[in-house]
Amino acid sequence: MSSPSLTPSLPESAWILPSRGRVGMFCLIAAESAMFTIFLVAYIFYIGKSQSGPTPKDVLEVPIFATICLLSSSLTIHFAVVALRNAKSSLFAIWWFVTMALGTIFLVETGREWYHLIFEKGLTISTNLFGTTYYSLVGLHAFHVTVGLIGLTIGMILALLGKVKQEHNERADVFSLYWHFVDVVWIAVFTVVYIIGR
Amino acid sequence: MSSDSIAFNPAVESTRPIGDRLHDWVATVDHKKLGIMYILYALVFLVIGGIEATIMRIQLIVPHNHFVSPQVFNEMFTMHGTTMIFFVAMPIMFGFANYLLPLMIGARDMAFPRLNAWSFWLAAFGGLLLYFSFIGGNGLYGAGGAPDVGWFAYAPLTARVFSIGHSTDFWTLGLVVSGIGSIGTAANIVATVLCMRCAGMTLGKMPLLAWMNLVMAGLVLLAISPLTAAQIMLSLDRYLGAHFFDTQAGGSAVIWMHFFWIFGHPEVYVLVIPAFAFASEIIPVFSRKPIFGYPVMVAATVAIGFVSFTVWAHHMFTVGMNSYANSFFTISTMIVGVPTGIKIFNWIGTMWGGKIQFKTPMLFCIGFLFQFLIAGLTGIMLAVAPFDWQLGNSYFVVAHFHYVIVGAILFALFGAFYYWFPKMSGRMYNERLGKWHFWLFLIGFHLTFDFMHIPGLLGMPRRIYTYEPGRGWDIWNLIITVGVFFQAAGILVFVCNLLWSRIRGPVCASDPWDAWTLEWSTSSPPPEYNFAVLPVVRSRRPLWDIKHPEDPDWKYE
Repeated sequence: MSSPSLTPSLPESAWILPSRGRVGMFCLIAAESAMFTIFLVAYIFYIGKSQSGPTPKDVLEVPIFATICLLSSSLTIHFAVVALRNAKSSLFAIWWFVTMALGTIFLVETGREWYHLIFEKGLTISTNLFGTTYYSLVGLHAFHVTVGLIGLTIGMILALLGKVKQEHNERADVFSLYWHFVDVVWIAVFTVVYIIGR
Repeated sequence: MSSDSIAFNPAVESTRPIGDRLHDWVATVDHKKLGIMYILYALVFLVIGGIEATIMRIQLIVPHNHFVSPQVFNEMFTMHGTTMIFFVAMPIMFGFANYLLPLMIGARDMAFPRLNAWSFWLAAFGGLLLYFSFIGGNGLYGAGGAPDVGWFAYAPLTARVFSIGHSTDFWTLGLVVSGIGSIGTAANIVATVLCMRCAGMTLGKMPLLAWMNLVMAGLVLLAISPLTAAQIMLSLDRYLGAHFFDTQAGGSAVIWMHFFWIFGHPEVYVLVIPAFAFASEIIPVFSRKPIFGYPVMVAATVAIGFVSFTVWAHHMFTVGMNSYANSFFTISTMIVGVPTGIKIFNWIGTMWGGKIQFKTPMLFCIGFLFQFLIAGLTGIMLAVAPFDWQLGNSYFVVAHFHYVIVGAILFALFGAFYYWFPKMSGRMYNERLGKWHFWLFLIGFHLTFDFMHIPGLLGMPRRIYTYEPGRGWDIWNLIITVGVFFQAAGILVFVCNLLWSRIRGPVCASDPWDAWTLEWSTSSPPPEYNFAVLPVVRSRRPLWDIKHPEDPDWKYE
């Protein structure tokens, strides 16, 4: 038969569907959550099962400063997105830069903690089960922070070149979802590693 | 609009230089080209995985056979399983989803076309990485070759002391790379279904194929990442001296099993739900009736998706768990049978009283229906923990899951191939060869996998490279292997039919089946932009509404 033609007769109300950027990012977040869950389960499962020292109680110090920095960066990136939505490009750049700085501080603090554990306490990934699960879980999170920082840096360069305009606010918003996710995961990691695990 | 102006013109296509045409394919972000590349790539691996299975069956045709060495036999069953699951079944389902979803929901492409291309090439290179192990697996140690640790690669066999060389690393990396591609495709499918539907197509008016692929993609997102996590842990163990699965340092081998099967069981539903989707599109068209119980089908699919995450440890009854765990996983596994039974009921309800046309796609779907029922029944048997203690790791289990994967999934897939072949190629397949394919494959399938249950019941364990004569296994193994040659002949007919029909088949109209979903409203094959004017729909069967303006569906929905 000849192909039937579909006469467009648009319905009265507008046809609105969810933003694909947000849906796609939520999908990525779902997948990442499943991955972090497995690492968290492994960490919890192996608490107290190390056959040799050092134990978490001996060597771990609660990284309060780094945690405050990372968690407050969620707030600053939100301010940045709101600023862009209101077409305030320079305010956006300022908040975006603050977010970057806070993320960098967190990463540097993690690095200092690892340096302390490796060179002063002699804990490596192969020392015992604590080392294995600690470095892999915190390392996986730090990797995600690094990826986020790369994204933030690209955004910052674009902002400095004056290429970030109000119409890009959805992209900034989608990226901020990822950054919020990295922060939420840190709450889970922090609870398991520094509260339950000690 | 008229589709005449955008009709497929083979003459114009074939005059362009081959380099240009190849470049179009390699650099494409078009969902139809990517879909076809996924499917062709999976078909190549299907043939490779089939050859591996044939090698195993030749080795087992008589006791004390010396066709291959034990080492090669181990490599064959590992590569066969890994290939068929990760590089045949998943990419082929993604291929069909890619090709069909935008057409069926009235969109011009997937939500993220470039992500789509990226995901495909990751999957493709993951497969190449796995097969490179045949050359590169030896590494510096001079030991290894292809992976030989089984497709679920239990610890501590994968530890560096027991698996020297790089064979296991190729397995790990191949799966991680293709796994990242799968996440990309799944995110793309979810975003496409939720955000790209044409005007009027509410969730309740989507074709069932779109619904089921949405659930499948959700399962991929949540199930593949645990595997990726476990593979990362395994690599850390092998290269940085971590102790996740190292029992000498207090690690646990059982936790690998949990992590693997948390992926592994939902994976079964990742593969079978798209097969349900094909059946749900094909059976109504060839029964000349709308699908029976659309909302219940959707609910059953979502229910299966949820329950599939609570059943993984039924793969581990023989490992030894406590009685609470055994009871829980027995019960949850049986619960999966309920929504699945509802589906089978609905497909039969669709056929009931219909004017059934026994074309090749329908034959394969009927085969799917009955074989899936039997596969489900042996599944219920194995879900009972004490029964599983007897038959776990025997050929009964092998027969059961091949009934699911070949008898159900592959049959529905063949149905889908014949059903959508005219749409994808613009030409009709040969019905006579299609029927030959069906009957040869049906006979081969039943010879192989019906009789495979029996040596399992008689105690023949899986993954043995040979066996003693006189245990009552000999005749059954002979029959099983004979069946393989029927299946191979069926596949040969199938491939010949595809190739011949692609080149010489009669050019067909845009809607050869008088079907009801949107993909049949555009030309065959569809133009790059799919629809010159985006469609607007008012019911689940938009083409029915157009063909029967005096009695449209939307009056009743």
